Amino acid sequence: MSIIVGEETKLVVSGLTGREGSFHGLRNQAYGTYLAAGVTPGKGGQDVEGVPIFDSISEAVSERGANTSMIFVPARFAAPAIDEAIESGVHTVIAITEGIPVLDMLKTYWKAREAGVRLLGPNCPGALSPGKANVGIIPAQFFDPGPIGVVSKSGTLTYQIGNELKQAGTGNSSIVGIGGDPIIGSDFIDILELYEADPETELIVMVGEIGGDAEERAAEFIAAEISKPVVAYIAGFTAPPGKQMGHAGAIISGSSGTAQAKKDALEAKGVRVGESPTETARIAVEVLRG
Amino acid sequence: MDLLEYQGKQLFAKHGIAVPSGEVAASVDDAVAAAERIGYPCAIKAQVLIGGRGKAGGIKIAQSQEEAREHAGAILGMDIVGPHGEGPFRVDQVWVEGGSDIASEYYASVILDRGEKRLLAMVSAKGGMDIEAVAAEDPEALVKRHIDPTRPFTAESARPIVEHAGFDEDVREQVAEVLAKLAEVAAAEDATLIEVNPLIVTAGREVVALDAKVTIDGNAVYRHEDLAAVADTADDPQEAMAKEKGLTYVKLDGNVGILANGAGLCMSTLDVVAQAGGAPANFLDAGGGSKAEAIVDALTVIVSDPKVTAILFNIFGGITRCDEIAKGIVTASQQMNLQLPLVVRLDGTNSEEGLKILAEADLPNLSQETTMLGAAKRVVELAGGNG
Repeated sequence: MSIIVGEETKLVVSGLTGREGSFHGLRNQAYGTYLAAGVTPGKGGQDVEGVPIFDSISEAVSERGANTSMIFVPARFAAPAIDEAIESGVHTVIAITEGIPVLDMLKTYWKAREAGVRLLGPNCPGALSPGKANVGIIPAQFFDPGPIGVVSKSGTLTYQIGNELKQAGTGNSSIVGIGGDPIIGSDFIDILELYEADPETELIVMVGEIGGDAEERAAEFIAAEISKPVVAYIAGFTAPPGKQMGHAGAIISGSSGTAQAKKDALEAKGVRVGESPTETARIAVEVLRG
Repeated sequence: MDLLEYQGKQLFAKHGIAVPSGEVAASVDDAVAAAERIGYPCAIKAQVLIGGRGKAGGIKIAQSQEEAREHAGAILGMDIVGPHGEGPFRVDQVWVEGGSDIASEYYASVILDRGEKRLLAMVSAKGGMDIEAVAAEDPEALVKRHIDPTRPFTAESARPIVEHAGFDEDVREQVAEVLAKLAEVAAAEDATLIEVNPLIVTAGREVVALDAKVTIDGNAVYRHEDLAAVADTADDPQEAMAKEKGLTYVKLDGNVGILANGAGLCMSTLDVVAQAGGAPANFLDAGGGSKAEAIVDALTVIVSDPKVTAILFNIFGGITRCDEIAKGIVTASQQMNLQLPLVVRLDGTNSEEGLKILAEADLPNLSQETTMLGAAKRVVELAGGNG
């Protein structure tokens, strides 16, 4: 097992004919991901390095059995592309695109929920299950298969921690980048729930950063629902307070959204929080090896 | 992107929310001329992107031309520090508006609730004061309701919220309409936060937005021509330069210049430098897939801050290739004749090639470290005292 992506993944890439889409789509294929099709409206019938291109995602589903969609479409056209994927019949949509208007994502989020489709991202690096499949832009060479599930808001920080785990001689069941946008399809708690149910995952590393209250919510969820050990890292202790406008944000969550508030919330629920990526990896290995 | 009060009020007016009429002015003479046209009493309000202006002396009422001149002179050019120590923010503009005859002060806001994935409407009959304090001390006084994302939000939908807040009965319908219009502003203008504090009831029983805090989603500015014009308000010279070059740069107070790739790793780098006893001078995310040219731009921005005494490069290459970064460092050092100590930590994609390029260039001011923590310690030593 593993989560989000694996041997059963049949990938269709929206934007496969574009520069970024083809680079990463083919890289995912080279890693071993089954790349079933690409989609670019108006380019149906063409192919990219032998991968057939269709005009719509639903065609890729019916013709090629695609079950997972990756969105590499420019920001202005990405929300409609995600909506199309949600309605196409795939069970998972992974949106890499950065810069999608937030209120568009708000509508798209609820469409995915109503359709029962798992949405990861947007503005996320995707998901990697080492040795099985990679969908997105995570550089797979820094991760080995192993018992640690990683869930993170940040890309490069995840690579840093993953690499430290690899150097410590362990590895990962899956690496999931949820993205740092205000509205994302899957939150920490959605991914924590999947790791809890995944028999290959023995320990979970959660990487958060300042802003919002997803880490605080995750702390509550961990205390109530997660039996596996969780080790966390939070970035942004020295981030400037920012140009704060109004106070409505803090009222909603009851949290200031600072790194310290998140660390406190997690520690209050018994989650160990590393001071640096290095220490976080060290604690994870220490807990794992008892 | 945060809007100044007057920019927010212009959006309100566009959507039919009552606001006092006024004019923006950037000089004392212009402010006085505006006050003369508007009449007395009038309010002279500092236009800065921070709360707590009133307490800081940034809002004054003028009863005469002399007072208008005196207040505008005092407010223009003043530095306002936010309630949580943000800033200081220099006042370059004032908003001069007609005085309002206030009978009651209410509070209204519409904001994106990230956790619940809905817009949240909030109202209170206790406006005009710190709403965080109201929420903490008298939570019943703040009525909160999520807006159904699948349906239009009308005055009718707003009515139950307004009923609970204990507003004067004769103005409830008006407040419900204002709340519906705030939701309309959010949807139409891509605003993720709209806060009106106070929302006043005048002696003539009219409901008027006396303040406006509006945050527009930066990702959506492209589809609002009128807002794109106000988008560029970066007041710091380094930040303005970085923006021009397409880099994400935030200036801080310390002396350790920092460049990393990816926002998360960059924040984490600031943290480990601080833990090592140093003071970061900036946040600079060179982004994914940085090429040599972007490194030249980034270094130009970092060294343009005279406080910087040493620079740390913390790169973990994913899409970013370390050989490209190394080429950029060498090119930039030579082009700029850089004397400042550079500490470089390269890991990830093509790191061996990158390290080789650095070794061959043999720059006298450059030291390499293999770990993030080691690099942080080294740069703090080299930067010396907290500039």
